[in-house]
Amino acid sequence: MMQPGEANKFSMRSKAEVKGQVPGQGKSRASPAPRTKDVASDSVGYLMVLPYILHLAVFLGYPLAFAFVLVFHRWNIYSPMKWVGLGNIKLLLTDPLIWRALVNTLYFLLIHIPLQLVIALGLAQLLNQKIRGRAFFRASYFMPVVVSGVVVTILWQQLYATETGLINLLLQRFGLSGIGWLTDRRYAMPAIAIMATWKNVGLYVVLFLVGLQAIPAELYEAAELDGASAWQKFRLITVPMINPTIMLVLVLSTIGGFSLFIEPYVMTGGGPVNSTLSGILYLYKQAFFFGKMGYATTIGFFWAMIIFIIVLLQRRYLETETV
Amino acid sequence: MKRFFLYVTLTVGAFVFLYPFVWMLAASLKPEMEIGGFNPFSSHFMLENYRFVLRKIPILRGLGNSLLVSITVTISVVVFGSLVGYALSRLHFRGRDTIFNLALATMMIPAQLTLIPLYTMMVKFGWVNSYFALIVPAMMSSYAVLLFRQFFLSIPQSLIEAARLDGCSDWRILFTIVYPLSKPAIMTVAILTFMGVWNDVLWPLMVIRNPELMTMPLMVTLFTVGGQAESQLGVQLAAAMLLALPVIGAYIFIQRYLIESIASSGMKN
Repeated sequence: MMQPGEANKFSMRSKAEVKGQVPGQGKSRASPAPRTKDVASDSVGYLMVLPYILHLAVFLGYPLAFAFVLVFHRWNIYSPMKWVGLGNIKLLLTDPLIWRALVNTLYFLLIHIPLQLVIALGLAQLLNQKIRGRAFFRASYFMPVVVSGVVVTILWQQLYATETGLINLLLQRFGLSGIGWLTDRRYAMPAIAIMATWKNVGLYVVLFLVGLQAIPAELYEAAELDGASAWQKFRLITVPMINPTIMLVLVLSTIGGFSLFIEPYVMTGGGPVNSTLSGILYLYKQAFFFGKMGYATTIGFFWAMIIFIIVLLQRRYLETETV
Repeated sequence: MKRFFLYVTLTVGAFVFLYPFVWMLAASLKPEMEIGGFNPFSSHFMLENYRFVLRKIPILRGLGNSLLVSITVTISVVVFGSLVGYALSRLHFRGRDTIFNLALATMMIPAQLTLIPLYTMMVKFGWVNSYFALIVPAMMSSYAVLLFRQFFLSIPQSLIEAARLDGCSDWRILFTIVYPLSKPAIMTVAILTFMGVWNDVLWPLMVIRNPELMTMPLMVTLFTVGGQAESQLGVQLAAAMLLALPVIGAYIFIQRYLIESIASSGMKN
């Protein structure tokens, strides 16, 4: 996928140079014929896209190509690269920690996605009515979305504290016993999933609200005439009509789940007992604690591949035919 | 009765999303001993936690760094993104569709893939511990290109043709016709880019070790994780509060605009 793109980029650039020379002879304004104008547009167009193409080649094309090299090498940046063949890939396939990270991520998504969909759609449904103060409610749900993930993580670390945290105090007030949210390996990942839902759900409320407002009211009126129940209206009209938004939420949440880094980095360092180790945290540790650039790149590859496959599967099986 | 229930639910929701911030502000202003507990009010109002943070880390410098990096990147992404968007939507030249497809294809590449190779590049360039590493790789965005292209396609071709007949160059058309009509698209790209760069921690963590060059979120992260906060809750919350305040302040003023920008960009995907 990479090689043809790269080839295109370079042929594009040489074309840009050639084209740039020909009409650049200085008579673009002299002749009024439309044909000349097209050619004039041409050269300007190449000039406009040139910085982008160059930047893409240097900061995306080259690293992408270099990733393919790194996968087959052991390298700590400072000493010469050493060819290891399939060594990194073999290591990856037998590394229990990368599989741990994958299981952790899937566990995160298993809690995060349903929670996200239900809460976001629920709040959006409530907001999609004639109510006073809608702008205020929408803005307050959206507040955690704009605040940095670091802030949210530090804040929730306190809320989750076993002895003094607000959440356990609340549980105790209802006669339940407190939970070691971040210290018990069974609860650490769910704790992060709940926090991530709190942080992101406002965004999805807004997206769902846009989707819901686009549904024509006649559909519901017609269904009411046919005696449809509220649940039937929801299932047969609302859900199919907002399918594109549901897909968007699914894809964005999945990518978000596979990008988890700052949350475990600040809250748990990946623990307890690797129960919150994420792929990116593991990649970071391999690169910066152990200086294994080749292996870290291999992890990046593996992770990118899994994201790609999961998003593709979601598109394939959950997207309905409506455009 | 049903409406009463509706408002109660919505208000409880607002409370759940807002109260933690109020609690954080209150906790950062009181002595360590009183932080646990529901009551946000304390008899001892104090700024000692904030003084501690300001003594330990150059957080105002971090604010400056974050502003410098985010603003530079945002301007670059808007300028170059709109130029490419214009070329792809309004000009005719060979290879145009290839470039468009290329921009689409780059959106499919997960960032995790190029993270380490890009870092090794920064090392080779000697850009580790410099603003270059924070700014240059982020200066262009395919997402911005596609968003601008999409938006520019909605501008009536007749306007542009008329300007061409009057002898306007494409640059003048861009500045006098296209940009003034594209404020919503420019705002959307600017807001999304600014937020993305401002909140990023992973990349700054990889390329910056010198505290003088750290962005604000990175500084606060390392302050919390690295032990400088000496495990004091109030101090950590004060640092987080300082990081949140500029964003919350800006948000209160532009929240309607910001939410609508994000809503519209999401749906175009």
